[in-house]
Amino acid sequence: MRTFLSPTRLLLNFAVLLMAFFILGPILWLAAHAFVSGWQYPNLYPSGFTLSWWSKVFVDSALKTAIKNSLILSPLVVLLSMVICLPAAYAAGRMNYWGRKIFMIGIFSANSFPKIGLFAAIATLYYTLNLMGTFVGVMIIQLLGTIIYMTWIPAAAFAAVPRNLEEAARDAGASKFRVFRTITLRLAMPGILVAIVMSFLASFDEAQGSYLVGAPSIYTMPTEMYSLVQNYPIQVAAVFSILLALPSVLLLGLARKHIMGGQLADGFQLK
Amino acid sequence: MMKTEDGMGLELRGLKKILGGRVIIDDLDLSVSKGEMVSLLGPSGCGKTTTLRMIAGFLAVDSGQILVAGKDVTALGPDKRPSAMVFQNYALWPHMTAAKNVGFPLKIKGLSKIEIKEKVEAALELVNLLHHKDSRPGQISGGEQQRVALARALVQEPDILLLDEPLSNLDAKLREKVREDIRELQRRLGITTVIVTHDQEEALSISDRVAVMNSGRIEQFSSPQDLYRQPQTEYVATFIGSLNRFEGDLQNGQILGGTDVIGIRPEDLTISREPMEGSHSGIVELVIPRGHFFEVVVRRKDGIFRAFASENIPTFGEHVHVKIKKALRYQNGKLVA
Repeated sequence: MRTFLSPTRLLLNFAVLLMAFFILGPILWLAAHAFVSGWQYPNLYPSGFTLSWWSKVFVDSALKTAIKNSLILSPLVVLLSMVICLPAAYAAGRMNYWGRKIFMIGIFSANSFPKIGLFAAIATLYYTLNLMGTFVGVMIIQLLGTIIYMTWIPAAAFAAVPRNLEEAARDAGASKFRVFRTITLRLAMPGILVAIVMSFLASFDEAQGSYLVGAPSIYTMPTEMYSLVQNYPIQVAAVFSILLALPSVLLLGLARKHIMGGQLADGFQLK
Repeated sequence: MMKTEDGMGLELRGLKKILGGRVIIDDLDLSVSKGEMVSLLGPSGCGKTTTLRMIAGFLAVDSGQILVAGKDVTALGPDKRPSAMVFQNYALWPHMTAAKNVGFPLKIKGLSKIEIKEKVEAALELVNLLHHKDSRPGQISGGEQQRVALARALVQEPDILLLDEPLSNLDAKLREKVREDIRELQRRLGITTVIVTHDQEEALSISDRVAVMNSGRIEQFSSPQDLYRQPQTEYVATFIGSLNRFEGDLQNGQILGGTDVIGIRPEDLTISREPMEGSHSGIVELVIPRGHFFEVVVRRKDGIFRAFASENIPTFGEHVHVKIKKALRYQNGKLVA
């Protein structure tokens, strides 16, 4: 039997291909450039393949420091964000107190203005506090960007845990803390995992504020990109962007396995 | 610690609860014997669920005492009380298998893995669900989830079992079967049980005694038969079963003017084609088949009679005579003999 492709079907396939090209195209271009010695218009083929750009990145101490800074900063920022925001998220999701809505919307609206203005104001503050160009200074800047994720998403996750599941555990003899640990926290975990991933990406990706506050003494991977693009051949930047994308891809892959596992979504036909 | 009084299941003494400035439970007393099954029956908002939640310990009492098996538990949290509850929507933990759900209370008690496994399997066997021990709540039916919840309560070997509308989420056919299963299990284990329900048929068929509640108080606490045949208040008489209700006085079968309330159960009316002593005449307005009997609505000159008949069923529009065999009389809402 002959396969029949209707015009709509054909159009749809074309649209999907076009989208794939726009999404994957730049990534493929980057990936290709990380391994070629030169590939410029009007040459159709690259002049040769090489791994020298990779060794350049790993030899350059400034680049190595940037990678190290980013890999230390972002997990620390996420951890700090969890310590500060998760209790607030629990309170916002579970308790009803005066000003709760204003607090939550306030966090949201702080993110709806251009950040550069905020950063400029913070910079003035940093000079008086001697935080300019310090590790702590950059950490605080990156922390700001994670707050919205670490409050809103877990707050919704905590709010969605049915109360009578906790009551049932209390009835079964569990202490309040044990109920929180084995029931509430466990059931809110998918939301918290999503918040961790989003916060990590927000921190790992943050360049504007980190550059303003950190340069020239503290460089992270995104801020290092600025000088990289200016001072090195394009292929080194390509290598660096692949390195920059790696942790995000790894983290997303890990999270996907845990969140989409399905078992947590089971049995939620509770009112 | 006080010695367990023999024969004492549950005792509520002068229970009071105020929520949001409104008195929900007002000076409530209730005594349940050991091994007895008791229903709290009433419309929504009557305080039956509040009472159950106070017994379980989820709500603190404003005043009064709760004694379980002769021991005062009023000051204890839900985790320290010797009661186990089956929730209306079962409240199974979705991230645990049936066996883990049932084993959770034992794990908290600190039992060994082998002991837990043994007891969990025995409990699941009791509710015929051993084959589903590794299923998660989301993978089994509502009826099965309910049995897991029951097993989770029973495995704790509680002094008192609390059931909150346990059948309301099941479909009609299953409801009757589960009702009988619960009753059979309760009898076999001899476990003191309090069940909250708004369904009078459920309450009457499952319980040793029923407490009919109305705005935070118990109207009457007695056996299902007494509740139906001898309702102590007008509220209970109208709430349980159907009732012909008249305001006035009954003399020689005739209804005269007065301030009392006369209640007549439909089966206490005799319908005949011939006039009887003191009978009322009327026209048949409706004949409703009710399975093994018929409900006949007869219109008189000043109202209607609702009667049950199982033979010589009159037809629509027929002229009939109705005689009152037995009536209940209420003064200010209370039964007068």
